[in-house]
Amino acid sequence: MAGIELEGIRKSFGPTAVLKGVSLAIADGEFLSLVGPSGCGKSTLLRIIAGLEVQDAGRIRIGSRAVEGIAASARNLAMVFQSYALYPHLTVAENIAVPLRMRRLSGLQRLPLVGGLLPGSRRERAAIDAAVRSAAEILDIGHLLQRKPAQLSGGQRQRVAVGRALVREPEAFLLDEPLSNLDAKLRVHMRSEIAGLHRRLATTFVYVTHDQAEAMTMSDRIAVMLDGELLQVATPHEVYHRPADRRVAEFIGSPKINLLPAAIGGDGAVTLLGLPTGRVALEGQGQAALAGLRPEALHETRGRGLAGRVVHLENLGSEIFLHVAVEGLEAPLVVRREPEPDGSHAAPRLADGPVTLDFDARRLVLFDRQGRALPLRAAPRQDARPRAEAAHG
Amino acid sequence: MSAGRPLSRRGAVLRHLALAPIALFALAPFLWMLLTSIKPPEEIFLDTIRLWPQHFYGLENYAAAFTKAPLGRFLLNGAVVTASIFLLQAAVALPAAYALAKLRFRGRETVFALVLLCLLIPPQAVAVPLFLLFFQLGILNSYAALIVPFTISVFGIFLMRQFFRTVPDDLVDAARIDGISEFGIVWRVMLPTALPALTAFGIFSVVAHWNDYFWPLIAVNAEHLYTPPLGVVAFRNEEAGTSYGPLMAAAAIIILPLVLLFLFAQRRFIEGITFTGMK
Repeated sequence: MAGIELEGIRKSFGPTAVLKGVSLAIADGEFLSLVGPSGCGKSTLLRIIAGLEVQDAGRIRIGSRAVEGIAASARNLAMVFQSYALYPHLTVAENIAVPLRMRRLSGLQRLPLVGGLLPGSRRERAAIDAAVRSAAEILDIGHLLQRKPAQLSGGQRQRVAVGRALVREPEAFLLDEPLSNLDAKLRVHMRSEIAGLHRRLATTFVYVTHDQAEAMTMSDRIAVMLDGELLQVATPHEVYHRPADRRVAEFIGSPKINLLPAAIGGDGAVTLLGLPTGRVALEGQGQAALAGLRPEALHETRGRGLAGRVVHLENLGSEIFLHVAVEGLEAPLVVRREPEPDGSHAAPRLADGPVTLDFDARRLVLFDRQGRALPLRAAPRQDARPRAEAAHG
Repeated sequence: MSAGRPLSRRGAVLRHLALAPIALFALAPFLWMLLTSIKPPEEIFLDTIRLWPQHFYGLENYAAAFTKAPLGRFLLNGAVVTASIFLLQAAVALPAAYALAKLRFRGRETVFALVLLCLLIPPQAVAVPLFLLFFQLGILNSYAALIVPFTISVFGIFLMRQFFRTVPDDLVDAARIDGISEFGIVWRVMLPTALPALTAFGIFSVVAHWNDYFWPLIAVNAEHLYTPPLGVVAFRNEEAGTSYGPLMAAAAIIILPLVLLFLFAQRRFIEGITFTGMK
């Protein structure tokens, strides 16, 4: 087990700069997700950690060891690939055994017939068998050991791939979009299994995904990557509620965060479409800005607020999303509404109806014109805007 | 299904009616060879066409095929030469194809372009230079002369490279992380996944070199080195005049291994061809 330290990693493929100086410290035993849209460089970063690519500049330390010039196999990391990358001609048991056979047996001992006769070989083989069996036990694939990968379902192949990683007791696990070839239901299930595996092994996990839901549900920390740069590295809570950058706010969360034009007064008071918010910006006084409000930060009110009309209603069962067109805004605002057991919340008549929206100012995030988050604090007079739902959330 | 069946069956009958004469046309010389091989000499040159012989003379002809010339020796030579050629071709083509398909290095595309270029060179064009070279080296009239010119098969490199490109990169990376060396990847990861393609190539290679008449004729003149096609011709040069019965019997015998090989690997062969889109 070991932590991983990256310092100023750069990588270009031809004229394209894929990584533009990435520095990141991953703690021992941490579950860190590298998340970002496809092409942001997250897989390349993972492959550089694994030793499958060589960085143009920058340093990597795994544990206390600098790994520059150390081959992929000698870094003792395990990697799980999106395509599983199982050896098609080997059985499940043989697939899982490969890393151990390569490490523990000499070339001569690996020979099919002669190998078994060499001194020490039988003992090692028994040990490998036992390790394979116990890994299979953990992943519940003990009954599949004699099958070939072609005879397995996607979920089972995934488990075999994890088993092959598990068996070598690596310093860290590197997972490259391991769930994206699975169907939606299985993906949710494997999410909790991988998180459970991490708890059980307490080893460092570096998990690459483009799916923000996977990153949010499993990680200790999330590293949001865009265009070869890390925008924010923080806990899921922080990334969601206090995004450091507008692009982070937009990438994390589904449905997407609502962005509204806001103004910062000379005294720092933030107004939203002319409405006072009761928040004060500590920087950027007198500038135009962009306010971010998550769907759950908005709610309907009978009092004052943003007037609009419902143009669309999405019922997900556990929650309802209203799309509300507000005058002066290009895109409709997405508002989360709590479903009522009697179904009154979802009546279709609500579509196209007029609504007034209020928002929870404590959940407001503010970005300057460059997209950088601006620090906010509550206005000194809390009662500037009387609020009925101050305790909301 | 049931509605379309009578129609498609009629279609199948029509198709076969159209194709059967063509197939027969292609098979005719082959059948004639087999029939001639069981006819007595006086029945071979009759002025009437008679398919089945009146006197079955097969045993005599086939026995003569083995006694008049060392046919067994020729077959053994053929087996040694074709097997050696194929094994050496695989030993060269697989690593080369792996490098061209999966390794990134400067000049890779140029090397591959050269491989494609070599595909265009007919073997006849290099026959004389090779002959002179082997004469200088003093290896004419040897197994080496029969084997060495074919050990590097650009066709094999090309074919395997096309196949290896379809093998996911992840598999190669997984093997590297598991600690398998680059050569290990070729033999332990790529080769097993590429067996269908290698089988197809093997059949191409074995058929071509088993039947090759051109190069062995140039390279060897000692009878104990004759490959089967050269050996068959030996029957024509018997001083007693050409004996067609034993000649055809010998021809049938040397074709037999190829027919067996094809039947044995038929499915793999067709897989390989459809897969590579070659013919």
